[in-house]
Amino acid sequence: MATPQLETEQIEIRLLLEAIYLKYGYDFRDYMQAHIRRRVRHRLKDSGMSSISEMQHRVLTDPDFFGTLLLDFSINVTEIFRDPAFYGTIREEVVPMLKTYPFVKIWHAGCATGEEVYSMAILLREEEIYEKTQIYATDFNETVVRKARQGIYPIGQMKTYTKNYQRAGGRRSFAEYYTARYDAVIFDPALREQIIFADHNLVTDSVFGEMQMILCRNVLIYFNRDLQRRVFRLLYDSLVPGGFLCLGSKESLAYSGLADRFEPVSEKEKIFKKQW
Amino acid sequence: MNITYEAVAMGASAGGMNALRTVLSALPETFPAPVLVVQHISPDSDNYLVSYLDDNCAVTVREAEEKEPLQPGTVYVAPPDYHLLVESDRTLSLSLEEKVCYARPAIDVLFETAADVFGPALVGVVLTGANRDGSNGLRAIRERQGLTVVQSPESALAPEMPRAALSATPVDHVVPLNGIGPLLHKLFMGDHV
Repeated sequence: MATPQLETEQIEIRLLLEAIYLKYGYDFRDYMQAHIRRRVRHRLKDSGMSSISEMQHRVLTDPDFFGTLLLDFSINVTEIFRDPAFYGTIREEVVPMLKTYPFVKIWHAGCATGEEVYSMAILLREEEIYEKTQIYATDFNETVVRKARQGIYPIGQMKTYTKNYQRAGGRRSFAEYYTARYDAVIFDPALREQIIFADHNLVTDSVFGEMQMILCRNVLIYFNRDLQRRVFRLLYDSLVPGGFLCLGSKESLAYSGLADRFEPVSEKEKIFKKQW
Repeated sequence: MNITYEAVAMGASAGGMNALRTVLSALPETFPAPVLVVQHISPDSDNYLVSYLDDNCAVTVREAEEKEPLQPGTVYVAPPDYHLLVESDRTLSLSLEEKVCYARPAIDVLFETAADVFGPALVGVVLTGANRDGSNGLRAIRERQGLTVVQSPESALAPEMPRAALSATPVDHVVPLNGIGPLLHKLFMGDHV
């Protein structure tokens, strides 16, 4: 049903994604096409190459160029306490349940540069359950995982972040959690003690332990229906019965094939509980 | 040659709430195509715009959801802080990729992806606004042989966006605000009112 120009371009992009998969093992073949197409066009324009087919050759022979493309394909928009109301609901509805476990395992799948991981660490510390918590923060992109591990962020955003923290129900002075230096801040290294940062690819890797809570926010919107179903299954299988699944504000279980296996904790904040 | 149009993509910024109401309230419930709308809006806005338009229009107005198949007679409004894209199977997708013209949702993103999919069967409409988002998108619609419509700058609360669109690409119809709804009616449903 697409226009002829688009059809040709889609063939070229399919071949490009196939090449990336065969060469590097990263699988973007089931990503939403309009998104990938925009990223490829953007890179093509920037690189001065004349066609996507030329880009395919380049990506096969130049791992650095592949690294660039990998960053193009991953969307790392995030903030400290992004969607403050979400964290408020976690405090009120989820934390009381987490408190009943002797040990809590949390998986943040698609953690990007880590802002939301530190947010969760701060929240759990204020709720006095951080000591018994292990957070696994993963992303498919090594470069961003490295950044997340460092926990260093530009100072320019701190005003917004402080406001987010307060709106999320923060109980202290936000400045207690970081040290500012020149134009950057670094988060208190103690916050990192309970966090393990690692590479994990939701598309090609498998189930990840028995989690009490999984956050996978604004990741699934980039996957097509088939892949979404597969990843929902993986997330479901990685949760303990009664465990919590937290999605992005515009994501839903509608096409997960598992909607009846979860009950909503908050429809608005997209927090769901795996049934017993 | 008579073209059958299959979708409308519409973008508005400053002054858009009133402009969208004027345009969309002129469409009947039986409007035979989907209408995709990007209105620049604060990232933490609620969806008041959506319920306001839905209350005042015969067509159904909804916030766009990802993977939703497009239905005729329905207006899909991009959610705050997400780009709205059209997939080649005529479903919608959302993305958090970087802002375009300082905007997310951006009109350019909607227009470019809709142009890819609908080609000559798309009608693109640029309404009032104070920046230049939508210009590149309207050009993309034109390049794919779609029909381009711009609100006449003198009828716009903020004329910059219509002006930018007019200077970016040849435009098929430059129409005052209250003429856009009737034009769409005519393009999609013939002259019978």
